[in-house]
Amino acid sequence: MENIYTMGIDVGSTASKCIILKNGKEIISKSLVDSGTGTTGPARAIESVLKDCDLTKEDMNYILATGYGRNSIDWVDAEMSELSCHAKAAHFLFPNVRTVIDIGGQDAKVLRISEQGMLTNFAMNDKCAAGTGRFLDVMARILEVNIDDLEVLSAQSTKVINISSTCTVFAESEVISQLAHDSQICDIVKGIHRSVAGRVSGLAKRVGVEDDVVMSGGVARNKGVVTSLEEELGKKIHTSPLAQYSGALGAALFAYQKFKK
Amino acid sequence: MSENEKVPAKQKLRAVVDQVYQNAWDAKKRGEPVGWSSSKFPAEIAETLGLAVCYPENQAAAISAKHGGQRMCEHAEAMGFDNDICGYARINIAYAAGYEADEKPMPQPDFVLCCNNICNCMTKWYENLARIHNIPLIMIDVPFNNTVEVSDAQVAYIRGQFDDAIKQLEEISGNKWDEKRFEQVCANSNRTAKAWLKVCSYCQYKPSPFSGFDLFNHMAVVVTARCKVEAAEGFEELAEELEQNVKSGKSTWRYDENHRIMFEGIPCWPQLQALFKPLKEKGINTTAVVYAPAFGFVYNDMDEMMKAYCKAPNSVCLETGVEWREGICKENKVDGILVHYNRSCKPWSGYMPEMQRRFRKDLGVPVVGFDGDQADPRNFSEAQYNTRVEGLFEVMEEFNAKKGGKDNE
Repeated sequence: MENIYTMGIDVGSTASKCIILKNGKEIISKSLVDSGTGTTGPARAIESVLKDCDLTKEDMNYILATGYGRNSIDWVDAEMSELSCHAKAAHFLFPNVRTVIDIGGQDAKVLRISEQGMLTNFAMNDKCAAGTGRFLDVMARILEVNIDDLEVLSAQSTKVINISSTCTVFAESEVISQLAHDSQICDIVKGIHRSVAGRVSGLAKRVGVEDDVVMSGGVARNKGVVTSLEEELGKKIHTSPLAQYSGALGAALFAYQKFKK
Repeated sequence: MSENEKVPAKQKLRAVVDQVYQNAWDAKKRGEPVGWSSSKFPAEIAETLGLAVCYPENQAAAISAKHGGQRMCEHAEAMGFDNDICGYARINIAYAAGYEADEKPMPQPDFVLCCNNICNCMTKWYENLARIHNIPLIMIDVPFNNTVEVSDAQVAYIRGQFDDAIKQLEEISGNKWDEKRFEQVCANSNRTAKAWLKVCSYCQYKPSPFSGFDLFNHMAVVVTARCKVEAAEGFEELAEELEQNVKSGKSTWRYDENHRIMFEGIPCWPQLQALFKPLKEKGINTTAVVYAPAFGFVYNDMDEMMKAYCKAPNSVCLETGVEWREGICKENKVDGILVHYNRSCKPWSGYMPEMQRRFRKDLGVPVVGFDGDQADPRNFSEAQYNTRVEGLFEVMEEFNAKKGGKDNE
């Protein structure tokens, strides 16, 4: 039997991700470019994912786009919202998943999933981008630390510092004020993570949190946020090394499903 | 158009609203007093006394729909009104202060009629109007209904204010109260309300003979002219047209009707097209709206009239609110609900999270919320809205597939 190749493209607000699946099961290539919609990011991610597995666009049986910029690629076979794609990927990676928390570049969402892996309910952040990846980017910049170091720093915290503002701009002032008062950076970072966790857990509680809880999206790579969320929700949160690729993986899985139909 | 060709009801209804505003301009020209009224002030009083009245909420909606909302809101903010205040209030206060709006001009007021059954922001808004122009404010205070039933004490409280409003308006108009005319006006009002509710009821047909968004457009008539016989006639003709549509399978919704939803809240007037776009693309018809039938006041006597004016979306308890909505969802066979979290209407949006929870539990349909504003375009993000509508569509598809699967088992 001939192999079926499907591609999922997740055009996010800050990054572009692609995945190619073989026969709806095996990930044979993935790519990530830290530039999102409106940039050359999507094209570079697509080029890279094809190059890595030595296939061409024409070899793809079905291509599905998702994410904030999903409508910006006009040659794909279909588009779907990132909500369904994240749900699909979470169920593929963790079959017992019932709740997915996804924190992306500029939005945060919580998905409820049925036993059959069906998306049954969801809640998303309001117009404010507090509690999203962009919020963490801004905070890392003020603290003059690398975004990837936030996790290690927050683990060193010994003192509770509250960053109470939900507004990114005011939170920035609070952080500056803490720095002026000689607070330890690690404690401030922990405070920032708790602030994100507080906001996102409010969303999660609105849709109802049921085990297993899975976190996806770029922010899931930051164990500091994951830990703060676990503390806030009182639940174990599962993450996958593919967390940042969840949207693209879900899109590739849907692409396979649509092709088989 | 030839003489034999019938004027569509839609056109006639639009003319009814135009006439309301023309009457006000004419009255002003004759030196007669002109009033501004909140949309749910008992319109029967001014109509009986022959007073010309304009409607700031209707004006604000029209200005917003014609993309003048932001300009007016910013002017009000420069006057010192916070951007957290209702967008309708900001637009109208800016206009009252003399900031022009070519989108929907109306004569400045000589008196204002305020009934806070709509919301309590209305009270402060109208106090400001009265102060800006140094004119009388006739107030009817309707307390929040924290019980399902309206008590006799509430009826008496509102009746007392109703009678007092008549006295004040007799003085302003220089006309004496005519009970016979009042009866006729009430008869017109009831006839309009019944015809309007009949129009709304056609959404129950599958496929629906019209798009629920049409109701938002027709609402101007029920807000501004419900006591006029022309409004009643216009809605009766519209109901007949819809009856014909049902029989002939026609609809003003020219797209697929894959899904039917309830749209909760006031629409984002500045972004009507953006609201509509993903819905039509996905074949999602709005067959239930809470805002429209809420203006169908039907009553048989004075006590019932007082009770009718007690019930508005923001003046009833959660239980009544849920019952209304779940009733129209069932009647109009919806398979999803889209909730507008309206930055301009905090009382309405404030109890929606609990309502969402109840809708899900009681109706078993997906419910999705989005952030927006009835008048201020700065509070709406099209991309965010599209994602939420697509999410709702995908969940409704899943629900249908599951239902279909079960049906086939």
